[in-house]
Amino acid sequence: MRRGVSLQLRLEKRAAPSRFMLYATPVAAVLITMVLGALIFTLLGYDGLGAVREIFFTPLTNPYKWQDLAVKASPLVIIAVGLAVSYRANVWNIGAEGQYIVGGIAGTGVALLTYDMTGPWILPLMLLAGIAGGMAYAAIPAFLRTQYKVNEILTTLMLTYVSVQLLNYLVFGPWKSPTSMGQPQTVLFSADQSLPYVIPGTIVQLGTPIAILIAVLVWFVMSRSVFGFSVRVVGASPAAARYGGFSAHRTVWMALLVSGGLAGLAGILEAAGPFGRLVPQFPTNYGFTAIIVAFLGRLNPLGALLAGIVLAITFVGGEVAQTTIALPFAAVGIFQAMMLFLLLAGDVLVRYRVRRVANEPARAPA
Amino acid sequence: MESSIAPRLQLTGITKRFPGVLANDNVSFSVRPGEIHALLGENGAGKSTLVKMIYGIMQPDAGEIRWDGEAVVVSNPKAARKLGIGMVFQHFSLFEAMTVLENIALGMDSKIQSRDLEAKIREVMEQYGLKLEPHRVVSTLSVGERQRIEIVRALLLNPKLLIMDEPTSVLTPQEVEQLFVVLRQLAAEGCSILYISHKLHEIKALCDTATILRGGKLVDTCDPKVETSRSMAEKMIGAGLKDVRKVAGRTFGDEKLVVKGLSHAATSHFGTSLKDISFSVRAGEILGIAGVAGNGQLELLLALDGELGTDPQSVSIDGKPAGALSPTARRGLGLCAVPEERNGHAAIADFSLADNTVLTARDRLGMVSGGLIRAGAARTYTGEVIAAFAVKALGPGATAGSLSGGNLQKYIMGREILQKPSVLVVSQPTWGVDAGAAAAIHQAIVDLAATGTAVVVISQDLDELLALSDTLAVINGGRLSAPMASGSVSIEEIGLLMGGIHGTPEETHLAPGGELAVEA
Repeated sequence: MRRGVSLQLRLEKRAAPSRFMLYATPVAAVLITMVLGALIFTLLGYDGLGAVREIFFTPLTNPYKWQDLAVKASPLVIIAVGLAVSYRANVWNIGAEGQYIVGGIAGTGVALLTYDMTGPWILPLMLLAGIAGGMAYAAIPAFLRTQYKVNEILTTLMLTYVSVQLLNYLVFGPWKSPTSMGQPQTVLFSADQSLPYVIPGTIVQLGTPIAILIAVLVWFVMSRSVFGFSVRVVGASPAAARYGGFSAHRTVWMALLVSGGLAGLAGILEAAGPFGRLVPQFPTNYGFTAIIVAFLGRLNPLGALLAGIVLAITFVGGEVAQTTIALPFAAVGIFQAMMLFLLLAGDVLVRYRVRRVANEPARAPA
Repeated sequence: MESSIAPRLQLTGITKRFPGVLANDNVSFSVRPGEIHALLGENGAGKSTLVKMIYGIMQPDAGEIRWDGEAVVVSNPKAARKLGIGMVFQHFSLFEAMTVLENIALGMDSKIQSRDLEAKIREVMEQYGLKLEPHRVVSTLSVGERQRIEIVRALLLNPKLLIMDEPTSVLTPQEVEQLFVVLRQLAAEGCSILYISHKLHEIKALCDTATILRGGKLVDTCDPKVETSRSMAEKMIGAGLKDVRKVAGRTFGDEKLVVKGLSHAATSHFGTSLKDISFSVRAGEILGIAGVAGNGQLELLLALDGELGTDPQSVSIDGKPAGALSPTARRGLGLCAVPEERNGHAAIADFSLADNTVLTARDRLGMVSGGLIRAGAARTYTGEVIAAFAVKALGPGATAGSLSGGNLQKYIMGREILQKPSVLVVSQPTWGVDAGAAAAIHQAIVDLAATGTAVVVISQDLDELLALSDTLAVINGGRLSAPMASGSVSIEEIGLLMGGIHGTPEETHLAPGGELAVEA
């Protein structure tokens, strides 16, 4: 037993979750990431303050970088909105990267079949194929989970590696362009197969308005519709959901189809947009980064819109820092991981408050 | 109270504050050696907090605990046991897959040889007439037998004060009587007993003194032998008690709910399978289903409200086969239900009350149009429920988790009753609800039946069932007894049916012709 009055911190459960903390913790996570990041990279011998400045502020202060933000944020937002729906239902799809790849492959398949044709119908058909591809790929874990209770975390993740092999097989093999001179890549998509630019003189393509539209649409569905309600109920309490008449199996299916479909859409938007063809470098980890986006956005589609921009800033800023202060690009991953880690750690403050308590030393019983 | 010997336990000015609530406010009382002292109060009155401080699980913010005349600080349960304080909790902490002996050995503060321990256990059981086989695996034991493990565990320490927290809520009337024999013997040997309960007839039968708490404050210390159950109940709730008004000589209408040969395999390892259950409830009739916890009550409720699918013909609502229908479809036919578990089954803690209303009332009350939820309609109806059932809540936007247990139960009952179902199935409608609120819920159930609703009440509270039911049946091991008219059935009969396959016939008939403590 220690002597004297000791001060200690204690976590105390709040009567109700704090709404202030719910929205304050993502902001705090980003701010603390900057402080810790500056510290870590200074200790590593880099210009720590410069790293934070270049990664977090230069993309915002330099208007020329804004279009890069739009390009990077769009796929992140589209995938994260789908993941937000899935995670709300307590369905842990962490294989959005794989569904993104298969979506890209499916859309590219349509592009290759329609290569000699023209018409405004080709691009919408490619987008639909992308969505269907992502959905079909997410249907495998949905089937395994509902029929055999196989954990979707494992299946979605493992299927991601399968999809990378499938992509490589196609671009090195049957889909390799005859004019690529040995390069593993498909032919360049035609004009009717590529995304139009929406702001003249920039690189902003149709994917950006689609991302905004999807975020708003899904927000509306999740907050107002019976479907959105059922997803939230199943996620919060499977027993209450059954009592309320909502099928857990149906919700697992819907959660995976929605998140898979949106990841597939993001895939074909990337293939038909910035890439313009399918290459082995097509998997860019957007599917994994979108997990951070979904959580930073509080599993709210509109929140994902804001969080997608924050993560896009770190990507664009990371490229800047590479050239201006020779920071390795891997530093971006460290910043992003720190952000998620701090956010999850900070979540405890939503349900608990920290109190300092003075403890009288306990006397030993007589 | 002047006495030549110091009280075994004396509390002075004990105060404990939690965020937003004063759980104990300046509570003082004392327990003499060999006294059976009741701690009486409604849920949330502060009984549990008080005994947790005596047992060292929590520390008081202010006040003094004296033990045999000396001031002590009970810093943890181990220190409490060292002083000679034993406690039997309402919820047992036993490992299902281990034997009685292994469970007791795990709970000992000092290491002791298994053979010596077994000898000691047998000695204690012999002394108090507790029947228990040390090598039985816990999962094969009835609830009453499990409680005996906890009692033996406490008795091994030769306690000078034994705290019993709501010990009879899981026992049959016969098991209650056996428990009282043990407790009286302990008291005669000089062990003090602090007995927590809200069952007044038990306290009248057992206790020498009763301390009554209300809202964290001590409101009275009285002699339960002189008081009536009613006078103590009124002290507990601080107001006059209302009786359930029930019209005598009512007639019933057509059969609304018919269950025929309902069977369902257990859904989990520790679940109960339903075996060939048949009964029917007519319009205006209240059927009570009694039974010890864990005998298939949950499974029966799930099979009735549609969470478990069965043969289509085994459940009919208003003449339509409904055994294979979903909960939503059954609500459409007019069946509403209230499961026993409030949090995470009947309601979702993180959701607002309005959202919890959408959970079950959306289709019956037109809260959905074109796949979208009409939030305004949900809020309006929630407001009506809050007003009609006097639910203490900040409004329809308050989360379910912010309500106290009793208020949440009032809201849930109100949410289903105001939907005017033609069949209502409720499990433990007043579990954990204070006496005033319980009376209001009982009246609402009776009033609903008077409008022609067929009601099934599943409960472990026999008093509640006898007050409410027109017909009574007992569930045991997943089988339902033949329904009996509740006016013609004795407590003893129900008790025997509740005991059913639990315990040997000798145990069940332990006190033939003996007086039963529980009276209607």
